[in-house]
Amino acid sequence: MKEKYFINARIIDPSQNLDVNGGLIVNEKGKIKAIGKNVGKGNIPSKADKIDLKGKVLIPGIIDMKVFIGEPGFEYKENFRSLSESALSGGVTSVVSMPNTSPVIDNVSMVDFIVRRGRDKSNINIFPSATLTRNMDGKLMTEFGLLSKRGIIGFTDAIKTVQNSEIMSRIMNYASELDVLVMQHPEDYELSKNRCINEGEISTRLGLQGIPYIAEKIIVERDLSLLEEYPCRYHISQLSSAKSVEVIKKYKNNNLKFSSGVSINNLSLNENDIGDFKTFLKISPPLRKEEDRKALIQGIKNDLIDVIVSDHKPEDEESKRLPFAQAAEGSIGIETLLSLCLELYHNNSLPLKKIIETITYNPAKILKIDKGTLKVGKDADLCIFDLDQPWKVDVSKLKSKSKNAATENRNLQGKVLMTYLKGEQAFSLQ
Amino acid sequence: MAVIKKFSAVKKIQKHLLGIQNLSIKEANLILDEAKNFISLNRSASKKLDLLRGKTQINLFFEPSTRTQSSFDLAGKRLGADVMTMNVTNSSLKKGETILDTAMSLNAMHPDIIVIRHQDSGAPNLLSQKVNCAVINAGDGLREHPTQALLDALTIINRKGKIEGLKIAICGDILHSRVARSNIYLLNMLGGEVNVIAPKTLMPNSIEKLGVKTYTNMKEGLKSCDIVMMLRLQNERMKGSFLPSKREYYEYFGLTPEKLKFAKKDALLMHPGPTNRGVEIDTKLADDINVSLIKEQVELGVAVRMACLKLYCK
Repeated sequence: MKEKYFINARIIDPSQNLDVNGGLIVNEKGKIKAIGKNVGKGNIPSKADKIDLKGKVLIPGIIDMKVFIGEPGFEYKENFRSLSESALSGGVTSVVSMPNTSPVIDNVSMVDFIVRRGRDKSNINIFPSATLTRNMDGKLMTEFGLLSKRGIIGFTDAIKTVQNSEIMSRIMNYASELDVLVMQHPEDYELSKNRCINEGEISTRLGLQGIPYIAEKIIVERDLSLLEEYPCRYHISQLSSAKSVEVIKKYKNNNLKFSSGVSINNLSLNENDIGDFKTFLKISPPLRKEEDRKALIQGIKNDLIDVIVSDHKPEDEESKRLPFAQAAEGSIGIETLLSLCLELYHNNSLPLKKIIETITYNPAKILKIDKGTLKVGKDADLCIFDLDQPWKVDVSKLKSKSKNAATENRNLQGKVLMTYLKGEQAFSLQ
Repeated sequence: MAVIKKFSAVKKIQKHLLGIQNLSIKEANLILDEAKNFISLNRSASKKLDLLRGKTQINLFFEPSTRTQSSFDLAGKRLGADVMTMNVTNSSLKKGETILDTAMSLNAMHPDIIVIRHQDSGAPNLLSQKVNCAVINAGDGLREHPTQALLDALTIINRKGKIEGLKIAICGDILHSRVARSNIYLLNMLGGEVNVIAPKTLMPNSIEKLGVKTYTNMKEGLKSCDIVMMLRLQNERMKGSFLPSKREYYEYFGLTPEKLKFAKKDALLMHPGPTNRGVEIDTKLADDINVSLIKEQVELGVAVRMACLKLYCK
């Protein structure tokens, strides 16, 4: 591989508190050799590749902490190949894959399978997670130690919640010893049973049973209370309501250490967008009120919420072309993640550096991985994008196998131009 | 004569009747006016018309129903349509067929109108996107039951002459009631004032945003009301404990002659049926021809459904 000189770039790297116009050099081994204002100003060796970015933005490759892939069991919805293609066209170079496959990832042999498939069939970095409990039934914890040794990055029941407080306390207690990451989807089942959208005027009008915000808040509060007793690496996968953000604030003020995430869907849409039963907008946690959306953005601004995820969940037509209550939950979103994030910059909701931090440096810190940074010596996983390029989300052009995009037909500003993996170009918009 | 042609092409009514929420005042009044013509016809000796001769009407019922189904059945037959009723509650669904599969196979039989009842809110909307004929919602989940609201409105108009300025109380299990929702929309649209009365556990979230006043007490809620509309306590929808007992419910929310006195002297009583005597309504009251409009509601239901079939069947 030749050395690569990226010049005339606007480089944003929150891990180094950097936002400069300058350049970046990638060495023959695909590592970052130099970065900064003056890089590329002098003579560039003739044998090196020169990539003039003409003022476009260069950031670390995006890390998406919540992605459903579909292998094994749901290959017709998504596989490693289609997922990695859609990830790369969205500037995403690392993903945490969810374990609710069929069969679920809850034992060593399944982990070996997923690690091997991820390595052979995709060209992005797959960080697989395993389930918190066997068969995701919320009863017996999985082998945190053995699974971690085989390459599991964290533990989560993905779309399910450990309901039993005793089991959750034991999970936290046990996990703290091994220093493994526990990720919870917060939802009280008794309060959300048979329900599908936010409880409020819209659910009353549509005649759908509503999920009250308290279904989420009650688990967040329970887990954080437990966490005070059993400190472990704890992450709340996704928040959806203003009230949950208040709880987070209370515990962060008490210096409790934990992290939390939010789906880009909950930042870009609200319950009104569901309109006339659009099942693509049936997601979990549900879209809530505009006030909730704003509170979540404020939560990011105030460092109460650490990461933004795509919550990429491919579903085929058969699972979505049903009456709303029967339709599957979830929306694809890995390809639109950055553009939707940039919308929050363009509409003055969040500063650009903060946005980039939530999809690069913060997830890397939570996962304890050597990604999401442009520091010298690290892998050159890069995302290069045009901050202003307008485009329209045309699902037929998205690379995911499934087409259930909640932001279908949305006009966006800002598009990924190129993605590099370990110094090699893996995607180019043409 | 191009001008006249153009006028006749103006749509009087939308393609489907999915809910009162989608209806304009003009459309609602058009249906009600049309229905008035059928009231006397239905009381006459010769009830049969041939307005819909050659047309095919399919009643697609995914949920059990007695009066709505028979009402639509009769309405179609009186207009001369060929009516076929399908109860899908226990056949295809158990074989794994989805509503759209059913819709597509029915569509292949070229119906002119499909009347659908389904346990899921929004199912008629989904169906309407996939078939070529008109779709009439005969009740979907907890969302809407537009023809019930229209027949209730017609019953009120028939007795009180108008809806504008009247005060109507809707009382009972509002949470699980599509009838309540459709009635709220329609009565508000026609200028009525609506009170809803229910225990807090049976009151939908943010219902006041639909333009009603909420009460948890019959005495206050019924004050100066012209119409008292009782709802059935829907036992089959009771997933979880909403109420301690039917007995306690009757104590506070069951309509008795004493409680009816809180309303206006000439207040009339309505109920979409079937009634649970002794649970939400006193049995004598339900049969009292001086106050109860229950039988009239059923009678006018046929007229309203005839009007809908006539207007929506293309």
